Amino acid sequence: MIALLRRDLMLAVRAGGGFGLALAFFLIVVVLVPFAIGPDPSLLSRVAAGVLWLGALLACLLSLDRLFALDHEDGSLDLLATAPLPLEGIAAVKALAHWLTTALPLVVAAPAFGILLSLPAPGFGWLVVSLLAGTPALSAIGTFGAALTVGLRRGGLLLSLIVLPLYVPTLIFGAEVARRGAEGLAIGPALPLLAGITCGTLALMPFATAAVLRRALRG
Amino acid sequence: MNLDMGKYATEVLLSYAGTLIPLALVIWITWAQYRRAARALSAAEARKDIP
Amino acid sequence: MSIWEFANPRKFTALSLKILPTLVGLSAVLVLGGLIWGFAFTPNADKFESTVKIIYVHVPSALMAINGWLMMLVCSLIWLVRRHHVSALAARAAAPVGVVMTVIALFTGAVWGQPMWGTWWVWDPRLTSFLILFLFYLGYMALWAAIEDTETAADLTSILCLVGSVFALLSRYAVNFWNQGLHQGTSIPVATGGRTVADVYFLPLVVAMAGFFVLFVALVLARTVTLIRERRLAVLDAQEARA
Repeated sequence: MIALLRRDLMLAVRAGGGFGLALAFFLIVVVLVPFAIGPDPSLLSRVAAGVLWLGALLACLLSLDRLFALDHEDGSLDLLATAPLPLEGIAAVKALAHWLTTALPLVVAAPAFGILLSLPAPGFGWLVVSLLAGTPALSAIGTFGAALTVGLRRGGLLLSLIVLPLYVPTLIFGAEVARRGAEGLAIGPALPLLAGITCGTLALMPFATAAVLRRALRG
Repeated sequence: MNLDMGKYATEVLLSYAGTLIPLALVIWITWAQYRRAARALSAAEARKDIP
Repeated sequence: MSIWEFANPRKFTALSLKILPTLVGLSAVLVLGGLIWGFAFTPNADKFESTVKIIYVHVPSALMAINGWLMMLVCSLIWLVRRHHVSALAARAAAPVGVVMTVIALFTGAVWGQPMWGTWWVWDPRLTSFLILFLFYLGYMALWAAIEDTETAADLTSILCLVGSVFALLSRYAVNFWNQGLHQGTSIPVATGGRTVADVYFLPLVVAMAGFFVLFVALVLARTVTLIRERRLAVLDAQEARA
């Protein structure tokens, strides 16, 4: 498992594709928002937390279709499936690799982008906390979606259609934590609920992903 | 019999139209596909002489 | 004699063909009867005036939109556990009907909301979860359409239906948390047995709900038979091409 994780990380770093691309996409979304709604700082600071969450979510989505596609094309996915490692483990490692290469840089960069959107000062900490608690769920759900669409033509568009509705609960609670934090309100039950969704997703999603992969590889 | 809809006549009529038209559409499509499959299948079975 | 006998496509088709005319007739009588009763023979309500008549199309379609997804969930489970092809095809057949019901519910709700709440759309929990349900239906149908091998498609869509159900339920409670709503509570709380609507409105509503239910069943049966026939046709064509 560790070897597989190392391999995926190395591929991501050396190929250089997904690693910086998602981050750049996130930056572009953040830059475009003031053009769309106007540069008024008070308006921007009100929507900043939500926009940052939405941008991070879309950036996560962007790199999903490469998750299994490359391994499927060159056949290494079939090889992995015959390895002694259970497919559930492979699914979990894939999700972890996606989180480390795509989501973690986004989490680190989010406060910097928060400055661009004049996020209120108390919001920075909560933004990072909520992203840290929420993005693992995004990666795990995304891995499931990527497994569903592996080997399909026009898989990318279908992937978004399938995965985005599944992101709704995570987005609601995550953005709620960030928004309440930015407005200086009590966080309340939103953060435990977000963490609960993440834990549940992390525990159960690898099984669904593995079931899908098993089926897709047989067909 | 009460057909007096007062000032909300447009809304009521619009919602009934918005129900019946999609329903008619889905019924029609279902019926058309049903007929087409039945005809194509019986033609294919006649070609192959299977009961 | 068990219900699983109808997992045999031939028996399922035979039974469907036998009961379809009855179902079609019954649904026509109930839907048209309920709607005409509701539209022409019920008094206007005090507060809602004539818009109360929208309830006869709004509630039954919303009911069948949710029940349609539940039926797909049950069929998906049966397919995954017992691998009856009819079950998978029935789930596939139900999706477009469910989408139409969802669209009708959203549309009639918007038309009703415009005079009553003063807006076509609010981000109310019930409205929002219906919109999310609509998106789930779309994703499910798109996945069916995208995969060529029918057995793989049945497997993957079944798993998506299962996972989607969990997340649809999560979303339902998440949006509740996120925004308190304008939408009225249910008028017919089954759990408590009480109800807040008078008989004049309730009886035609029950007829319309029964009508939409029978209509849904008839449509799904007809579509499933169509899918079974298309599958058989494909097999025959393949045999012909080989011969």
